[in-house]
Amino acid sequence: MKMKKSIEVKTQTVGRNRRNFLKVGGLAVVGSGLLLASCSDDDDNGNMMGDDVFDLGSGNLAVLNYAYALEQLEAAFYAKVVAGGYYQGASSQVQQLLTDVYNHEVIHREFFKTAISSAVSADMVLPELEIDFGADSQFDSEDFVINTAIALEDTGVAAYNGAGRLISVDDAAGKIYLGLAGKIVSVEARHASAFRDLKNPKSMDFAGNDILIGLAGTEPAFDKATPPADILSAVSSLGFIKTKFTAKAFV
Amino acid sequence: MNFIKLLETLSNKEILDAKGSRRESFNHIKSFGKGVALASIPFALAATSTKSKAATMSMSSAAFQASNTDVLNFALTLEYLEQEFYAMGLAKMGLIDSADKTVFETISTHEDEHVKFLLAALGDNAVAKPTFDFTGAPGGLNLDPFNDYPTFMALAQGFEDTGVRAYKGQAGALANDGDLLEYALQIHSVEARHASQVRRMRGEKGWITNSENTLPSQFAAIYGGATPESNTVQGGVDLAGKFGSFGGNGAVTAAFDEPLTMDEVLNIASIFIVE
Repeated sequence: MKMKKSIEVKTQTVGRNRRNFLKVGGLAVVGSGLLLASCSDDDDNGNMMGDDVFDLGSGNLAVLNYAYALEQLEAAFYAKVVAGGYYQGASSQVQQLLTDVYNHEVIHREFFKTAISSAVSADMVLPELEIDFGADSQFDSEDFVINTAIALEDTGVAAYNGAGRLISVDDAAGKIYLGLAGKIVSVEARHASAFRDLKNPKSMDFAGNDILIGLAGTEPAFDKATPPADILSAVSSLGFIKTKFTAKAFV
Repeated sequence: MNFIKLLETLSNKEILDAKGSRRESFNHIKSFGKGVALASIPFALAATSTKSKAATMSMSSAAFQASNTDVLNFALTLEYLEQEFYAMGLAKMGLIDSADKTVFETISTHEDEHVKFLLAALGDNAVAKPTFDFTGAPGGLNLDPFNDYPTFMALAQGFEDTGVRAYKGQAGALANDGDLLEYALQIHSVEARHASQVRRMRGEKGWITNSENTLPSQFAAIYGGATPESNTVQGGVDLAGKFGSFGGNGAVTAAFDEPLTMDEVLNIASIFIVE
């Protein structure tokens, strides 16, 4: 399916940006760095990958679609968790925790879908991503479930923190978006803290030095604020998201 | 500037407007905040304002909003409060359950570092530390947090959840400076990690369902306010009734934390601040 939204961008930037796709999904990331894939511009058959790949868009739309992608990933993960062996055998307390987080992520996902859809035409809304975590048997493993949950939640925190400054507050909608990012990021941090404590109760891990950083020479006491390109690269390298999309705004 | 002066300043919009130029005095953080190589430079040396850049900054920020200096002093006041609270708790022999000590030592360290960072950022503009009274006497209470562990835990939860909501409430005010906004967000989510941990140690969930809590009733304001934690309307969309299969309205409220205004936070903090 062709994504009409990208036509405008392409007519303005033929050549340059099309060489700078940030590929998300299986193919285009090597190691931990971004691969700047090049599309052949001499190829006029209109059938290139680039023509079919969704781009997150620009400005605040890009940030919202970016958040929507992360929430899709999180919600998909917990959907598998609550259907998996570890969850089935867990204590009622742990089940409640996992169910709560699953519900929150579904609510975040559906919220972004609704919010973005109400602001732009349907072809500018990130489509439903195909997400595959691999063998279902992994979800029997406490280590896999909890470690992946921690990684996803910590990543979510760093991602929202890093995206905050990219939200333009020049209009009223932008102020609301920034407010929403703030409302969600602290819930992701609450999740991260809970999973980290579940793994190593009453240790310092809930806000551990393995994840926090120092600022200006302080000891670690601050969460990371990671730019979207780095987050997308890291997420991409996990290989869970099968649907390719680009994030030209963040390259 | 002392705390009461800060309160007065914040409530006097004319003064805020007149001091518009002060909002540009944080450019120095950009250099020392990011550079690993600069990390060893004493904070005092790093605190040099760059007025030329200030002059080019947009003055389009909302007129009736606190300056960046005032927002950081507001944050510093809350961090002073938390810092002193945990330091006093940890210093009190036999108060903190030995199994919980690591958690509170960790939180205490973070609050120390937050204070250190904000002091460095503010330089000469930093407010002095207020005199705190954790019995709550300034607010008409009579608590005994350093002899009664459940009270200590309850106040810790209250301070952390208040901190989360306080930073959240100032994000818009700091949006004129991407670096400052980012630093505030980086503290904000750590406060949320703390809050989740303390809440769970007290037998609550790590997140806030509706405005429910197990704190003494005098602290209802921590979960209330103009946009209470029970809010279900996000970005103009009322999510109430839409997630029956996913935890219902309780989950909707828990999925979003809500801000407190500066005034709402100061009203809460004033319970523990001696004039």
